[in-house]
Amino acid sequence: MSLSESDLQAILLTLHLAGTVTLILLLIGTPIAWWLAHTRASWKILVNVVVAMPLVLPPSVIGFYFLMAMGPNGPIGSVTSGLGLGVLPFTFWGLVFASCIYSLPFVVQPLQNAFTLIGDRPIEMAATLRSGPWDRFIHVVIPLAKPGFITAGVLGFAHTVGEFGVVLMIGGNIPGETKVASIQIYDHVESMQYTQAHTLSAVMLGFAFSVLFFVYYWQRKKTTLVSGL
Amino acid sequence: MLMNSKIYTHIELSYEGFSLDVKCDINGSGVTVIFGRSGSGKTTLLRCLAGLEKPDRGRLTVNGNDWFNDKVFVPPHRRPIGYVFQEASLFPHLDVKGNLQFAQRRAPRDSHSTEGIILSFDEVVRLCGVEKLLPRRAQQLSGGERQRVAIARALLIQPKVLLMDEPLASLDELGKRDLLSLIERLKREVKIPILYVTHSVNEVVRIADDVLVLDHGRVKTQGNVETVFNQELFCLDDGNPGSLVEAVVSGKDSEWHIANVTFSGGSLSLRDSGFELGQDLRILIPAKDVSITLARHDDSSILNILPATIISIVDLDGAPDAALVQLSVGETLFRAQVTQRSVAHLALSEGKFVWIQIKAMSILNS
Repeated sequence: MSLSESDLQAILLTLHLAGTVTLILLLIGTPIAWWLAHTRASWKILVNVVVAMPLVLPPSVIGFYFLMAMGPNGPIGSVTSGLGLGVLPFTFWGLVFASCIYSLPFVVQPLQNAFTLIGDRPIEMAATLRSGPWDRFIHVVIPLAKPGFITAGVLGFAHTVGEFGVVLMIGGNIPGETKVASIQIYDHVESMQYTQAHTLSAVMLGFAFSVLFFVYYWQRKKTTLVSGL
Repeated sequence: MLMNSKIYTHIELSYEGFSLDVKCDINGSGVTVIFGRSGSGKTTLLRCLAGLEKPDRGRLTVNGNDWFNDKVFVPPHRRPIGYVFQEASLFPHLDVKGNLQFAQRRAPRDSHSTEGIILSFDEVVRLCGVEKLLPRRAQQLSGGERQRVAIARALLIQPKVLLMDEPLASLDELGKRDLLSLIERLKREVKIPILYVTHSVNEVVRIADDVLVLDHGRVKTQGNVETVFNQELFCLDDGNPGSLVEAVVSGKDSEWHIANVTFSGGSLSLRDSGFELGQDLRILIPAKDVSITLARHDDSSILNILPATIISIVDLDGAPDAALVQLSVGETLFRAQVTQRSVAHLALSEGKFVWIQIKAMSILNS
């Protein structure tokens, strides 16, 4: 039982995709989560709903809408081709874009909870200590929300690794471009290559287990640290 | 300069069910206590001064600098203030030393050359008595210790005004006593003006130079503590009337642990809780512990017998059988709570000359 070259390629592509998506999501998810945690705007609820949608929608539905939107005649497609970028379906960046939306709640929600948990007091405290908004964010909010950031990053990463339906709809299976591990497994099964499917599935299983183990273990250590005081 | 500085405040702010409309000048030196019952708007006023709350309208000028008006709103991190919150708030991700350094690193370096006040790290740590706490985390500290660290941190930002929002509220009796003496020490050793919010008469009497009394978001009265207490508050923390006497320790009887204090119009004996000769003292005397006689009785256990003249006799709200007699001893006001029956029996009336008796043990040296 060993991984073939195309299996390895699929794994590397998956990691590349998940890494890129996690990075982008941490960057755009943080301001969204911050806004959601602090705004008193009445339409906050709408944003909350939109962010949470991917949790309940079948991935094929999301994939379908993206396929339409990113196609040459869709709203996203006309912008990207207008910019000379071509159309996104069946490209790596198309997958990145769709995955960002698909995994958004997994990043925004832990961050939003973390920010809400911090409350106003530490921020006001810092403000009376001559700490400006950026300084406060970097030296107070980020350290206090660290568990939230770690959970958000791990969940965003792991969820992107595990996606299948969206990729199938808008990515197809171009090796090295859109053929991620979950698609590769599907292909192996389709072509009756059960041994390869077993191997790759085992790798994915191990990965998922390790990630969750790490998150729970780390959180447990954190809690005992705090409650042990 | 700092000594003559003034805080000109005109703040209007309203939200659901509450409006604050405060217009006053606050002395930029000593301790000004903002006093009021809960819901009177005192914390909101303090938060407006700090910039943590933005008023709807008004003007705030401190030492000639505009902090707020129609066009200007200086955010809190640009105001030269220190702020101590009600429940001791320290950064949980930093130890005590880290909390103090957070302030130290952000303190303006240049702005204090003119005033000559720069508080060094070691000085502040010593003053607040937090040397032994430095390596500890906030969660490992008692409420009182946390509040000491919070005060030390507020001082290390090198503030020109120190704002304190009910810093004793969450502490037990011991913690309160401990922290009050720290605040008194600050008053003596650090010449930073302090604005102090509280609803405790005891704290007012103990530390205030001036008092600003708020009621339903409006200034009810303002002035030095003796005047405000005797004219407006005259109730102790238990809700019962009393009088406030400013005195100086003039003698100590170490054999009996009794101290003699002199006030304008006479002298009193009270329990000596470690006073120093010449020390200024404010003492609260509950009106129910002051009794009136027509002649001087020297054969009782009561140490304090003073000649007094009745200024007025008023009825007490909620106690139809009692009367509050206000008397003067020299220039000092005393209050005695007696029964209506005694008023009739002794034929007490305005201008009458009487003797008042006060038990030494009942005098509170707040």
